[in-house]
Amino acid sequence: MSGGSYYVPASSKWPILACIGLGAMMLGTGLVLVYGRAGMPVMLVGLAGIVLVMALWFRDVVLESRQGLYDNQMDRSFRWGMGWFIFSEVMFFAAFFGTLFYVRTFALPWLDGEGAKGVAALLWPDFNASWPLLEPPGDNVQGPSATLSPWHLPLVNTLILVGSSITLTVAHEGLKEGHRRVVRHWLGLTVLLGICFIAIQGVEYREAYLHYGITLQAGIYGATFFLLTGFHGAHVIIGSVILMVMLVRVYRGHFAPDNQFGFEAAAWYWHFVDVVWIGLFLFVYVF
Amino acid sequence: MASHLPPGSSAQSHQLETAGTVSDTHYAGPKGLMRWLLTTNHKEIGTLYLLFSLSMFFIGGLFAMVVRAELFQPGLQLIQPEFFNQMTTMHGLIMVFGAVMPAFVGLANWMIPLQIGAPDMALPRLNNFSFWLLPVAFTMLLATLFMPGGAPNFGWTFYAPLSTTYAPPSTTFFIFSLHMAGISSILGAINIIATILNLRTPGMRMMDMPLFVWTWLITAFLLIAVMPVLAGVITMMLLDIHFGTSFFNAAGGGDPVLFQHLFWFFGHPEVYIMILPAFGIVSVILPTFARKPLFGYASMVYATAAIAILSFLVWAHHMFVVGLPLAAELFFMYSTMLISVPTGVKVFNWITTLFRGSLTFEPPMLFALAFVVLFTIGGFSGLMLAISPADFQYHDTYFVVAHFHYVLVPGAVFAIMAAVYYWLPKWTGHYPHLRLSQWHFWLSVIGVNLTFFPMHFAGLAGMPRRIPDYALQFADFNMVTSIGGFLFGLSQLLFVLVVVLCIRGGNKAPAKAWEGAEDLEWTVASPAPLHTFETPPDFTPHRH
Ligand SMILES: [Cu+2]
Repeated sequence: MSGGSYYVPASSKWPILACIGLGAMMLGTGLVLVYGRAGMPVMLVGLAGIVLVMALWFRDVVLESRQGLYDNQMDRSFRWGMGWFIFSEVMFFAAFFGTLFYVRTFALPWLDGEGAKGVAALLWPDFNASWPLLEPPGDNVQGPSATLSPWHLPLVNTLILVGSSITLTVAHEGLKEGHRRVVRHWLGLTVLLGICFIAIQGVEYREAYLHYGITLQAGIYGATFFLLTGFHGAHVIIGSVILMVMLVRVYRGHFAPDNQFGFEAAAWYWHFVDVVWIGLFLFVYVF
Repeated sequence: MASHLPPGSSAQSHQLETAGTVSDTHYAGPKGLMRWLLTTNHKEIGTLYLLFSLSMFFIGGLFAMVVRAELFQPGLQLIQPEFFNQMTTMHGLIMVFGAVMPAFVGLANWMIPLQIGAPDMALPRLNNFSFWLLPVAFTMLLATLFMPGGAPNFGWTFYAPLSTTYAPPSTTFFIFSLHMAGISSILGAINIIATILNLRTPGMRMMDMPLFVWTWLITAFLLIAVMPVLAGVITMMLLDIHFGTSFFNAAGGGDPVLFQHLFWFFGHPEVYIMILPAFGIVSVILPTFARKPLFGYASMVYATAAIAILSFLVWAHHMFVVGLPLAAELFFMYSTMLISVPTGVKVFNWITTLFRGSLTFEPPMLFALAFVVLFTIGGFSGLMLAISPADFQYHDTYFVVAHFHYVLVPGAVFAIMAAVYYWLPKWTGHYPHLRLSQWHFWLSVIGVNLTFFPMHFAGLAGMPRRIPDYALQFADFNMVTSIGGFLFGLSQLLFVLVVVLCIRGGNKAPAKAWEGAEDLEWTVASPAPLHTFETPPDFTPHRH
């Protein structure tokens, strides 16, 4: 607790505008889902609003940081804040992994008549549990025709994402030692790898839908597949955008060896996304 | 009230003199409505939270009154079953997410910086965002009442497939409003953790913190751990409703019971989110009016942490009759009973704090004492419900309703009221009107017990919950309950009167408004100036 006096930021119009933007986006999405296209303008305006406000809000924070308004204490507050935010994201994914494990370990075997709770088998006596579940119990649910091989695109994506964590670490080390050229090259490479990952994921989704019949509607296998990989993919997109912002900031000469929390936070986030992918690769694709 | 100032106050007055040199820029803020829309001040945001919570308390209360009016007599009198279901659902959702949780966050905003000697919350702009999300979220939730098909009608636990396959169209908006309330809670909790861990005045170690701060630290951890799970499960509902997934549909290989597992993994810690800060409040108020230090400070901290950790291991006690394997029935029965050990430690410590104290019975103390007695009743009925074989009889009866209303109304809500009476002098500079406060207390205590005690009997006799009509043998119990409910509801108008009068005037309160109060908030003037502790105050740990 250095210095003796605290820094308290001034009031700001961004939070309230962000609330309005987020509210409009949620309302618009609800309208689109329930009442159709009529809600589209509200949703898009809300989405644009929230993106714009977040950009401006972070811009203010960056400017204040550049002006040297933040002391070590503020820096620690940001660190705690980002750390616990990532923990909340971990729990978000934990719910989805929990779903996957529960379905595979309990729900499907019970539907197949296994164990003391196997009375559920009376619903569909012909049902056979298996994973990946190609033949869901209900007649009205069409399962996938085949599953994706983990040793094809998913393996490539694993290498890409693990590689990107390494390149990011190299960039971070460069930043700590003040080698700006190293940071620019390796951070640029990281962003590129992130974009490759997203592109490959897109190709894989296309294959899944067109050739394998793996869709959101294809029973629990398709549902968990897209739930886990979809939310992970969304996080990779967000992470890539964050890293791009960091790249721009590096080009503009931001950050110093002792003032680089923005970069570090982005790195934490990226590593978190990477770790989630390892879990996905193992439990969604391989096992 | 004695008005001699405690040791920290000399540092404080010195600090007030020098306050002008710290910063002049953030004093000249916007005026009028914009001041409240843009504020980053923890006291103003705390006030906003509390006012929001109060208005939700009355809206949720109104829904409860509709429910009690319908149940006053057997037969359908006033409303149709469909609307009755909407009322019970909205009552629960509004009270849990709109009234109780924001009230505690409001108290945290106001008091945590004051109790740890911090100038504000760690992330003040995020704080503004957290608050203003709530009016947006709850406007959307309340708007569902006016949508085609009506508001959510599947109970506040929104079990699938009732909330997916058979749900009204407004469910989508309910999901989005809950997403926003969840984001608000998570960001609020992050802010509280960062504040407590990072902004304590030098010299205040973790084990010197007032228990209200401790319990909130642990509550914030629970919030960050389980609100994302709630977000996950409602997202899966949304996908099931609109995108044809089969998470909660056995025909596709999913499982409706999976919904319950996910929901209660959130839901059980959620009930501790609503009670741990109440424990903290009571642990601060009892020593003040017993004029003794809290008995077993360290054990209180450890008990709180133990309760929080155990809360992740007990969720399926809400699902004993859903068809769990025997091993799960046993595990969740014993783990649930285990929670009564740290809870018992707490009740023991409260009572021992009172033992041989020189007690006085100011309004905050009245509410805190009622909390100890009545919350414990709710705790015991919880223990009865934890016994898996017995729960087969109690499940989904009014006994359950009695149980959780005892822990939430004379539990959480009474603690909130105790806190309001305790800190009103600090907020407004005036003592609340004594006679009116006492009337409010006694009417509330009588009303609450009249409402919820007969529910135990109705439930044990087999009256199911969530029904608009009932068998004739339950008529007397229900009439008493309804009369008690109206009494309790009406007496809350007195509460509003007390608060309004206190804001407008009343006996002046000194900085240290209560003789036995020890914590740092009593070293700043009453009413607390907008900006406090702009330089860290001196702190000498007192006797724990
Ligand atoms: Cu529980």
